[in-house]
Amino acid sequence: MVGFADDEMTTVSPARDLPPRVKLAMYFRLFALQGSWNYETLNGTGVGFAMEPALRLLPGGLNGQQYRAALARESRYFNTHPYLAGVAVGALARAELDGVEASRIERFRTALAGPLGSVGDRLVWASWLPFCSLVAIGVFGAGGSALAVVGTFLLLYNAGHFLLRAWGLRIGLSRGLNVASALGNPVLRQGPDYIGRAAALVGGIALPLALQRIVGPGRALVGGIIAAAFVGIVLLALLRERAEGWRIALGVLAVFVLYSVLT
Amino acid sequence: MSFLEALPIALLGALFGLDVVSFPQAMISRPIVAATAAGAFIGNPPGGLLIGVVLEMIALDTLPFGASRYPEWGSAGVVGGALFAAQPSGMPGALPSCLLAALLTASISGWSMVMLRRMIARRLARTRDQLEAGSRDALLSLHLSGMSLDLLRGALVTIVAMAVFAPLVKAIVAVWGSESAASHAVVVVIAAIVAGGALWKVFHSVRHVLWFFAAGLLVWSALLMTR
Repeated sequence: MVGFADDEMTTVSPARDLPPRVKLAMYFRLFALQGSWNYETLNGTGVGFAMEPALRLLPGGLNGQQYRAALARESRYFNTHPYLAGVAVGALARAELDGVEASRIERFRTALAGPLGSVGDRLVWASWLPFCSLVAIGVFGAGGSALAVVGTFLLLYNAGHFLLRAWGLRIGLSRGLNVASALGNPVLRQGPDYIGRAAALVGGIALPLALQRIVGPGRALVGGIIAAAFVGIVLLALLRERAEGWRIALGVLAVFVLYSVLT
Repeated sequence: MSFLEALPIALLGALFGLDVVSFPQAMISRPIVAATAAGAFIGNPPGGLLIGVVLEMIALDTLPFGASRYPEWGSAGVVGGALFAAQPSGMPGALPSCLLAALLTASISGWSMVMLRRMIARRLARTRDQLEAGSRDALLSLHLSGMSLDLLRGALVTIVAMAVFAPLVKAIVAVWGSESAASHAVVVVIAAIVAGGALWKVFHSVRHVLWFFAAGLLVWSALLMTR
Protein backbone atom coordinates (compact mmCIF):
# COMPACT_ATOMS: atom_id res chain seq x y z
CA MET A 1 0.00 0.00 0.00
CA VAL A 2 2.69 2.48 0.93
CA GLY A 3 5.08 1.48 -1.78
CA PHE A 4 8.22 0.04 -0.17
CA ALA A 5 10.57 -2.33 -1.88
CA ASP A 6 10.16 -5.90 -0.60
CA ASP A 7 13.58 -5.99 1.05
CA GLU A 8 12.69 -2.89 3.05
CA MET A 9 9.61 -4.61 4.43
CA THR A 10 11.26 -7.80 5.55
CA THR A 11 14.73 -7.09 6.90
CA VAL A 12 13.89 -5.44 10.21
CA SER A 13 15.67 -6.67 13.28
CA PRO A 14 13.64 -8.11 16.20
CA ALA A 15 11.64 -5.70 18.30
CA ARG A 16 13.36 -4.13 21.25
CA ASP A 17 10.68 -3.73 23.88
CA LEU A 18 10.50 -0.26 25.36
CA PRO A 19 10.02 0.34 29.10
CA PRO A 20 6.32 1.05 29.91
CA ARG A 21 7.14 4.56 31.18
CA VAL A 22 8.64 5.43 27.77
CA LYS A 23 5.62 4.08 25.91
CA LEU A 24 3.34 6.01 28.24
CA ALA A 25 5.34 9.22 27.73
CA MET A 26 5.12 8.76 23.96
CA TYR A 27 1.37 8.09 24.17
CA PHE A 28 0.70 11.24 26.18
CA ARG A 29 2.93 13.33 23.93
CA LEU A 30 0.89 12.16 20.94
CA PHE A 31 -2.02 14.22 22.28
CA ALA A 32 0.16 17.33 21.91
CA LEU A 33 1.53 16.31 18.52
CA GLN A 34 0.21 19.42 16.77
CA GLY A 35 1.45 21.92 19.36
CA SER A 36 3.91 23.44 16.89
CA TRP A 37 1.95 22.76 13.67
CA ASN A 38 3.10 25.19 10.98
CA TYR A 39 2.96 25.59 7.20
CA GLU A 40 6.61 24.58 6.76
CA THR A 41 7.12 21.28 8.59
CA LEU A 42 3.42 20.52 9.29
CA ASN A 43 3.43 17.72 11.92
CA GLY A 44 7.21 17.18 11.68
CA THR A 45 8.32 18.87 14.86
CA GLY A 46 5.42 17.18 16.67
CA VAL A 47 6.60 13.77 15.51
CA GLY A 48 10.06 14.55 16.90
CA PHE A 49 8.49 15.77 20.14
CA ALA A 50 6.41 12.60 20.57
CA MET A 51 9.30 10.28 19.75
CA GLU A 52 11.89 12.01 21.89
CA PRO A 53 11.46 9.85 25.05
CA ALA A 54 12.29 6.72 23.02
CA LEU A 55 15.32 8.33 21.36
CA ARG A 56 16.90 8.85 24.79
CA LEU A 57 17.46 5.07 24.80
CA LEU A 58 19.91 5.34 21.92
CA PRO A 59 23.58 4.72 22.78
CA GLY A 60 25.05 7.78 24.51
CA GLY A 61 21.65 8.93 25.80
CA LEU A 62 20.64 12.59 25.73
CA ASN A 63 24.14 13.79 24.93
CA GLY A 64 24.93 11.15 22.33
CA GLN A 65 25.52 11.86 18.66
CA GLN A 66 22.96 9.23 17.64
CA TYR A 67 20.27 10.90 19.75
CA ARG A 68 20.92 14.31 18.19
CA ALA A 69 21.05 12.96 14.64
CA ALA A 70 17.82 11.00 15.12
CA LEU A 71 16.00 13.93 16.76
CA ALA A 72 17.02 16.25 13.91
CA ARG A 73 15.91 13.71 11.29
CA GLU A 74 12.57 12.99 12.93
CA SER A 75 11.69 16.67 13.42
CA ARG A 76 11.74 17.49 9.71
CA TYR A 77 8.69 17.84 7.45
CA PHE A 78 6.00 15.23 8.03
CA ASN A 79 2.29 15.13 7.35
CA THR A 80 -0.10 12.72 9.00
CA HIS A 81 -3.47 12.57 10.62
CA PRO A 82 -2.85 13.33 14.31
CA TYR A 83 -4.76 10.27 15.57
CA LEU A 84 -2.78 7.91 13.34
CA ALA A 85 0.54 9.64 14.00
CA GLY A 86 1.27 6.93 16.57
CA VAL A 87 1.76 4.46 13.72
CA ALA A 88 4.56 6.62 12.32
CA VAL A 89 5.98 7.63 15.69
CA GLY A 90 6.12 4.00 16.88
CA ALA A 91 7.51 2.61 13.64
CA LEU A 92 10.14 5.33 13.27
CA ALA A 93 11.19 5.08 16.92
CA ARG A 94 11.70 1.37 16.56
CA ALA A 95 13.66 1.84 13.33
CA GLU A 96 15.91 4.39 15.05
CA LEU A 97 16.46 2.11 18.05
CA ASP A 98 17.14 -0.87 15.79
CA GLY A 99 19.85 1.14 14.06
CA VAL A 100 18.25 1.17 10.61
CA GLU A 101 20.31 3.35 8.28
CA ALA A 102 19.25 6.99 7.92
CA SER A 103 18.52 6.89 4.19
CA ARG A 104 16.03 4.03 4.66
CA ILE A 105 14.34 5.83 7.53
CA GLU A 106 13.96 8.94 5.39
CA ARG A 107 12.47 6.97 2.49
CA PHE A 108 10.10 5.29 4.92
CA ARG A 109 8.98 8.66 6.34
CA THR A 110 8.26 9.98 2.88
CA ALA A 111 6.30 6.90 1.89
CA LEU A 112 4.24 6.66 5.08
CA ALA A 113 3.09 10.26 5.40
CA GLY A 114 0.50 10.42 2.58
CA PRO A 115 -1.44 7.24 3.35
CA LEU A 116 -1.63 7.97 7.09
CA GLY A 117 -3.05 11.41 6.36
CA SER A 118 -5.70 10.30 3.88
CA VAL A 119 -6.79 7.20 5.83
CA GLY A 120 -7.10 9.22 9.04
CA ASP A 121 -8.96 12.10 7.41
CA ARG A 122 -11.51 9.73 5.90
CA LEU A 123 -11.96 7.62 9.02
CA VAL A 124 -11.96 10.32 11.70
CA TRP A 125 -12.82 13.76 10.29
CA ALA A 126 -15.18 12.60 7.55
CA SER A 127 -16.85 9.68 9.36
CA TRP A 128 -16.40 9.23 13.10
CA LEU A 129 -16.69 12.91 14.07
CA PRO A 130 -19.90 13.64 12.09
CA PHE A 131 -21.39 10.35 13.31
CA CYS A 132 -20.75 11.21 16.97
CA SER A 133 -22.06 14.76 16.44
CA LEU A 134 -25.28 13.39 14.95
CA VAL A 135 -25.72 10.94 17.81
CA ALA A 136 -25.36 13.81 20.31
CA ILE A 137 -27.79 15.96 18.29
CA GLY A 138 -30.18 13.00 18.38
CA VAL A 139 -29.90 12.75 22.17
CA PHE A 140 -30.78 16.47 22.33
CA GLY A 141 -33.73 15.92 19.98
CA ALA A 142 -34.99 13.07 22.15
CA GLY A 143 -35.14 15.48 25.10
CA GLY A 144 -31.79 14.70 26.68
CA SER A 145 -30.33 17.02 29.31
CA ALA A 146 -27.18 19.08 28.77
CA LEU A 147 -25.15 16.50 30.69
CA ALA A 148 -26.60 13.59 28.70
CA VAL A 149 -25.89 15.27 25.34
CA VAL A 150 -22.34 16.37 26.17
CA GLY A 151 -21.55 13.13 28.03
CA THR A 152 -22.77 10.96 25.16
CA PHE A 153 -20.71 12.90 22.63
CA LEU A 154 -17.48 12.99 24.63
CA LEU A 155 -17.61 9.36 25.77
CA LEU A 156 -18.52 7.97 22.37
CA TYR A 157 -16.08 10.11 20.39
CA ASN A 158 -13.14 9.67 22.73
CA ALA A 159 -13.60 5.92 23.08
CA GLY A 160 -12.69 5.76 19.38
CA HIS A 161 -10.12 8.54 19.64
CA PHE A 162 -8.10 7.16 22.58
CA LEU A 163 -8.22 3.60 21.23
CA LEU A 164 -7.08 4.65 17.76
CA ARG A 165 -4.09 6.54 19.15
CA ALA A 166 -3.13 3.60 21.39
CA TRP A 167 -3.56 1.09 18.55
CA GLY A 168 -1.41 3.22 16.25
CA LEU A 169 1.47 3.46 18.70
CA ARG A 170 1.30 -0.24 19.60
CA ILE A 171 1.23 -1.38 15.98
CA GLY A 172 4.01 1.03 15.02
CA LEU A 173 6.28 -0.09 17.84
CA SER A 174 5.63 -3.78 17.25
CA ARG A 175 5.94 -3.79 13.45
CA GLY A 176 8.55 -1.13 12.80
CA LEU A 177 9.18 -0.69 9.08
CA ASN A 178 6.66 -3.48 8.36
CA VAL A 179 3.83 -1.27 9.54
CA ALA A 180 2.49 -0.56 6.03
CA SER A 181 0.45 -3.76 6.06
CA ALA A 182 -1.40 -2.52 9.17
CA LEU A 183 -2.99 0.18 7.05
CA GLY A 184 -4.92 -2.61 5.33
CA ASN A 185 -6.82 -3.19 8.58
CA PRO A 186 -10.55 -3.62 7.76
CA VAL A 187 -11.52 -0.89 10.24
CA LEU A 188 -9.34 1.61 8.39
CA ARG A 189 -10.37 0.49 4.91
CA GLN A 190 -14.08 -0.24 5.26
CA GLY A 191 -14.88 1.61 8.49
CA PRO A 192 -15.69 4.93 6.78
CA ASP A 193 -18.36 3.31 4.58
CA TYR A 194 -20.07 1.56 7.50
CA ILE A 195 -19.86 4.64 9.70
CA GLY A 196 -21.15 6.78 6.81
CA ARG A 197 -24.27 4.64 6.44
CA ALA A 198 -24.84 4.66 10.20
CA ALA A 199 -24.41 8.45 10.23
CA ALA A 200 -26.97 8.86 7.43
CA LEU A 201 -29.47 6.70 9.34
CA VAL A 202 -28.86 8.59 12.59
CA GLY A 203 -28.99 11.91 10.71
CA GLY A 204 -32.43 11.07 9.31
CA ILE A 205 -33.73 10.64 12.85
CA ALA A 206 -31.62 13.15 14.77
CA LEU A 207 -31.84 16.29 12.63
CA PRO A 208 -35.66 16.57 12.44
CA LEU A 209 -35.96 15.62 16.14
CA ALA A 210 -33.51 18.35 17.14
CA LEU A 211 -35.12 20.93 14.86
CA GLN A 212 -38.50 20.14 16.40
CA ARG A 213 -37.12 20.73 19.88
CA ILE A 214 -35.52 24.05 18.86
CA VAL A 215 -38.73 25.29 17.21
CA GLY A 216 -40.55 24.55 20.44
CA PRO A 217 -44.26 24.28 21.09
CA GLY A 218 -45.35 26.62 18.25
CA ARG A 219 -45.56 23.96 15.51
CA ALA A 220 -47.56 26.11 13.05
CA LEU A 221 -44.40 26.87 11.09
CA VAL A 222 -43.14 23.28 10.87
CA GLY A 223 -44.54 22.68 7.36
CA GLY A 224 -42.91 25.85 6.03
CA ILE A 225 -39.62 25.04 7.78
CA ILE A 226 -39.49 21.54 6.28
CA ALA A 227 -40.24 22.85 2.77
CA ALA A 228 -37.68 25.67 3.01
CA ALA A 229 -35.05 23.34 4.45
CA PHE A 230 -35.65 20.75 1.71
CA VAL A 231 -35.25 23.32 -1.08
CA GLY A 232 -32.15 24.78 0.61
CA ILE A 233 -30.51 21.38 1.09
CA VAL A 234 -31.06 20.46 -2.56
CA LEU A 235 -29.58 23.78 -3.70
CA LEU A 236 -26.59 23.43 -1.38
CA ALA A 237 -26.03 19.83 -2.48
CA LEU A 238 -26.02 20.96 -6.10
CA LEU A 239 -23.43 23.64 -5.30
CA ARG A 240 -21.32 21.13 -3.29
CA GLU A 241 -17.66 22.17 -3.57
CA ARG A 242 -18.44 25.66 -4.88
CA ALA A 243 -20.06 26.96 -1.69
CA GLU A 244 -19.38 26.66 2.00
CA GLY A 245 -22.61 26.24 3.90
CA TRP A 246 -21.38 27.98 7.04
CA ARG A 247 -20.43 31.11 5.06
CA ILE A 248 -23.85 31.21 3.44
CA ALA A 249 -25.39 30.81 6.92
CA LEU A 250 -23.31 33.74 8.17
CA GLY A 251 -24.42 35.96 5.27
CA VAL A 252 -28.13 35.08 5.49
CA LEU A 253 -28.14 35.50 9.26
CA ALA A 254 -26.42 38.90 9.03
CA VAL A 255 -29.07 40.10 6.56
CA PHE A 256 -31.89 38.77 8.77
CA VAL A 257 -30.48 40.43 11.89
CA LEU A 258 -30.09 43.71 10.03
CA TYR A 259 -33.67 43.45 8.73
CA SER A 260 -35.02 42.68 12.20
CA VAL A 261 -33.17 45.63 13.73
CA LEU A 262 -34.24 48.12 11.08
CA THR A 263 -37.95 47.16 10.97
CA MET B 1 -20.08 42.35 31.24
CA SER B 2 -17.02 43.67 33.06
CA PHE B 3 -13.44 42.61 32.37
CA LEU B 4 -13.37 40.58 35.59
CA GLU B 5 -16.60 38.79 34.66
CA ALA B 6 -15.27 38.03 31.18
CA LEU B 7 -11.96 36.66 32.47
CA PRO B 8 -13.20 33.14 33.42
CA ILE B 9 -15.03 32.96 30.08
CA ALA B 10 -11.76 33.88 28.36
CA LEU B 11 -10.06 31.03 30.22
CA LEU B 12 -12.72 28.62 28.95
CA GLY B 13 -12.24 30.00 25.44
CA ALA B 14 -8.49 29.49 25.77
CA LEU B 15 -8.84 25.85 26.85
CA PHE B 16 -11.41 24.98 24.20
CA GLY B 17 -9.45 26.91 21.56
CA LEU B 18 -6.34 24.92 22.47
CA ASP B 19 -8.23 21.66 21.96
CA VAL B 20 -9.01 22.44 18.30
CA VAL B 21 -5.50 21.64 17.08
CA SER B 22 -2.78 21.77 19.75
CA PHE B 23 -3.91 19.69 22.73
CA PRO B 24 -5.59 17.20 23.25
CA GLN B 25 -8.01 17.24 20.28
CA ALA B 26 -10.59 15.41 22.40
CA MET B 27 -13.26 17.53 20.69
CA ILE B 28 -14.22 19.41 23.82
CA SER B 29 -13.88 22.25 21.30
CA ARG B 30 -16.97 21.14 19.38
CA PRO B 31 -19.65 23.80 19.82
CA ILE B 32 -22.11 21.33 21.33
CA VAL B 33 -19.64 20.92 24.23
CA ALA B 34 -18.06 24.38 24.37
CA ALA B 35 -21.34 26.34 24.24
CA THR B 36 -22.97 24.07 26.82
CA ALA B 37 -20.00 24.44 29.15
CA ALA B 38 -20.09 28.23 28.79
CA GLY B 39 -23.86 28.19 29.39
CA ALA B 40 -23.34 26.09 32.51
CA PHE B 41 -20.69 28.55 33.66
CA ILE B 42 -23.18 31.43 33.31
CA GLY B 43 -25.77 29.33 35.18
CA ASN B 44 -27.93 28.38 32.19
CA PRO B 45 -26.79 25.02 30.74
CA PRO B 46 -29.98 24.48 28.65
CA GLY B 47 -29.42 27.86 26.98
CA GLY B 48 -25.82 26.97 26.16
CA LEU B 49 -26.94 23.57 24.88
CA LEU B 50 -29.59 25.08 22.59
CA ILE B 51 -27.20 27.39 20.76
CA GLY B 52 -24.52 24.69 20.93
CA VAL B 53 -26.72 22.28 18.97
CA VAL B 54 -27.47 24.91 16.32
CA LEU B 55 -23.76 25.71 16.00
CA GLU B 56 -22.91 22.00 15.89
CA MET B 57 -25.25 21.54 12.92
CA ILE B 58 -23.50 24.39 11.12
CA ALA B 59 -20.06 23.08 12.15
CA LEU B 60 -20.81 19.77 10.40
CA ASP B 61 -20.06 21.68 7.21
CA THR B 62 -16.41 22.30 8.13
CA LEU B 63 -14.00 19.42 8.61
CA PRO B 64 -10.55 20.15 10.05
CA PHE B 65 -8.49 18.60 7.24
CA GLY B 66 -4.75 19.22 7.74
CA ALA B 67 -3.62 22.51 6.26
CA SER B 68 -7.08 23.65 5.11
CA ARG B 69 -8.49 26.85 6.60
CA TYR B 70 -11.57 26.39 8.73
CA PRO B 71 -13.48 28.31 11.40
CA GLU B 72 -12.36 27.75 14.97
CA TRP B 73 -15.39 26.47 16.87
CA GLY B 74 -13.92 26.11 20.38
CA SER B 75 -13.64 29.77 21.35
CA ALA B 76 -16.64 30.61 19.16
CA GLY B 77 -18.78 28.03 20.97
CA VAL B 78 -17.80 29.56 24.30
CA VAL B 79 -18.68 33.07 23.09
CA GLY B 80 -22.03 31.94 21.63
CA GLY B 81 -22.92 29.89 24.70
CA ALA B 82 -21.99 32.62 27.18
CA LEU B 83 -23.83 35.35 25.26
CA PHE B 84 -27.02 33.34 24.74
CA ALA B 85 -27.11 31.93 28.27
CA ALA B 86 -26.88 35.47 29.67
CA GLN B 87 -29.99 36.70 27.77
CA PRO B 88 -33.35 36.83 29.55
CA SER B 89 -35.57 33.98 28.36
CA GLY B 90 -38.20 34.63 25.70
CA MET B 91 -36.32 37.38 23.85
CA PRO B 92 -36.95 36.75 20.12
CA GLY B 93 -33.71 38.32 18.91
CA ALA B 94 -31.43 36.49 21.33
CA LEU B 95 -30.82 33.30 19.35
CA PRO B 96 -30.20 34.89 15.91
CA SER B 97 -27.97 37.67 17.25
CA CYS B 98 -25.91 35.36 19.50
CA LEU B 99 -25.57 32.88 16.64
CA LEU B 100 -24.32 35.65 14.37
CA ALA B 101 -21.81 36.70 17.02
CA ALA B 102 -20.57 33.10 17.38
CA LEU B 103 -20.20 32.64 13.62
CA LEU B 104 -18.25 35.88 13.29
CA THR B 105 -16.03 34.81 16.19
CA ALA B 106 -15.45 31.41 14.54
CA SER B 107 -14.37 33.14 11.35
CA ILE B 108 -12.02 35.59 13.07
CA SER B 109 -10.62 32.87 15.32
CA GLY B 110 -9.94 30.68 12.28
CA TRP B 111 -7.93 33.55 10.81
CA SER B 112 -6.01 33.89 14.10
CA MET B 113 -5.00 30.22 13.82
CA VAL B 114 -3.49 30.90 10.40
CA MET B 115 -1.53 33.83 11.88
CA LEU B 116 -0.29 31.62 14.71
CA ARG B 117 0.87 28.92 12.29
CA ARG B 118 2.82 31.53 10.32
CA MET B 119 4.33 32.84 13.55
CA ILE B 120 5.48 29.32 14.51
CA ALA B 121 7.00 28.88 11.03
CA ARG B 122 8.97 32.13 11.47
CA ARG B 123 10.21 30.94 14.84
CA LEU B 124 11.13 27.61 13.30
CA ALA B 125 13.18 29.40 10.63
CA ARG B 126 15.10 31.28 13.34
CA THR B 127 15.95 28.05 15.19
CA ARG B 128 16.55 25.87 12.14
CA ASP B 129 20.30 25.47 12.75
CA GLN B 130 19.72 24.28 16.31
CA LEU B 131 16.96 21.90 15.20
CA GLU B 132 19.19 20.49 12.45
CA ALA B 133 21.85 19.94 15.09
CA GLY B 134 19.35 17.86 17.09
CA SER B 135 18.90 20.31 19.95
CA ARG B 136 16.32 18.99 22.38
CA ASP B 137 15.98 22.40 24.01
CA ALA B 138 15.20 24.09 20.70
CA LEU B 139 12.56 21.50 19.84
CA LEU B 140 10.88 21.60 23.25
CA SER B 141 10.96 25.39 23.28
CA LEU B 142 9.38 25.61 19.81
CA HIS B 143 6.72 23.07 20.68
CA LEU B 144 5.78 24.39 24.11
CA SER B 145 5.80 28.02 22.97
CA GLY B 146 3.48 27.05 20.11
CA MET B 147 1.03 25.55 22.57
CA SER B 148 1.31 28.50 24.96
CA LEU B 149 0.69 30.97 22.13
CA ASP B 150 -2.34 28.96 21.03
CA LEU B 151 -3.72 29.13 24.57
CA LEU B 152 -3.16 32.88 24.58
CA ARG B 153 -4.73 33.18 21.14
CA GLY B 154 -7.94 31.50 22.33
CA ALA B 155 -8.11 33.71 25.42
CA LEU B 156 -7.58 36.91 23.41
CA VAL B 157 -10.15 36.00 20.76
CA THR B 158 -12.71 35.15 23.45
CA ILE B 159 -12.17 38.26 25.55
CA VAL B 160 -12.22 40.61 22.54
CA ALA B 161 -15.32 38.88 21.12
CA MET B 162 -17.09 39.15 24.49
CA ALA B 163 -16.14 42.80 24.82
CA VAL B 164 -17.47 43.61 21.34
CA PHE B 165 -20.50 41.33 21.12
CA ALA B 166 -21.94 41.44 24.66
CA PRO B 167 -23.10 45.09 24.38
CA LEU B 168 -23.94 44.69 20.68
CA VAL B 169 -26.19 41.68 21.27
CA LYS B 170 -27.88 43.49 24.16
CA ALA B 171 -28.61 46.46 21.90
CA ILE B 172 -29.86 44.27 19.03
CA VAL B 173 -32.15 42.25 21.31
CA ALA B 174 -33.62 45.48 22.71
CA VAL B 175 -34.71 46.80 19.29
CA TRP B 176 -35.52 43.45 17.63
CA GLY B 177 -38.51 43.79 15.29
CA SER B 178 -39.28 40.26 14.06
CA GLU B 179 -41.68 37.91 15.87
CA SER B 180 -40.38 35.16 18.11
CA ALA B 181 -41.67 32.23 16.02
CA ALA B 182 -40.30 33.65 12.78
CA SER B 183 -36.92 34.40 14.38
CA HIS B 184 -36.58 30.83 15.61
CA ALA B 185 -37.80 29.49 12.28
CA VAL B 186 -35.11 31.36 10.33
CA VAL B 187 -32.39 29.96 12.61
CA VAL B 188 -33.80 26.45 12.33
CA VAL B 189 -34.03 26.61 8.54
CA ILE B 190 -30.44 27.86 8.27
CA ALA B 191 -29.17 25.10 10.59
CA ALA B 192 -31.18 22.43 8.75
CA ILE B 193 -29.94 23.50 5.33
CA VAL B 194 -26.28 23.65 6.36
CA ALA B 195 -26.45 20.33 8.25
CA GLY B 196 -28.31 18.56 5.42
CA GLY B 197 -25.92 19.99 2.81
CA ALA B 198 -22.95 18.98 4.96
CA LEU B 199 -24.19 15.40 5.29
CA TRP B 200 -24.53 15.17 1.52
CA LYS B 201 -21.10 16.73 0.98
CA VAL B 202 -19.42 14.31 3.40
CA PHE B 203 -21.27 11.09 2.65
CA HIS B 204 -22.48 11.35 -0.96
CA SER B 205 -19.87 8.85 -2.15
CA VAL B 206 -21.01 6.16 0.33
CA ARG B 207 -23.16 3.53 -1.40
CA HIS B 208 -26.91 3.59 -0.67
CA VAL B 209 -26.48 6.53 1.68
CA LEU B 210 -29.72 8.19 0.60
CA TRP B 211 -31.65 5.02 1.44
CA PHE B 212 -30.17 5.02 4.92
CA PHE B 213 -31.10 8.67 5.37
CA ALA B 214 -34.62 7.95 4.13
CA ALA B 215 -34.85 5.02 6.58
CA GLY B 216 -33.88 7.43 9.35
CA LEU B 217 -36.62 9.84 8.29
CA LEU B 218 -39.09 6.95 8.37
CA VAL B 219 -38.06 6.11 11.93
CA TRP B 220 -38.52 9.79 12.84
CA SER B 221 -41.99 9.80 11.24
CA ALA B 222 -42.91 6.68 13.21
CA LEU B 223 -41.70 8.33 16.41
CA LEU B 224 -43.76 11.42 15.56
CA MET B 225 -46.94 9.34 15.19
CA THR B 226 -46.43 7.44 18.41
CA ARG B 227 -45.82 10.57 20.50
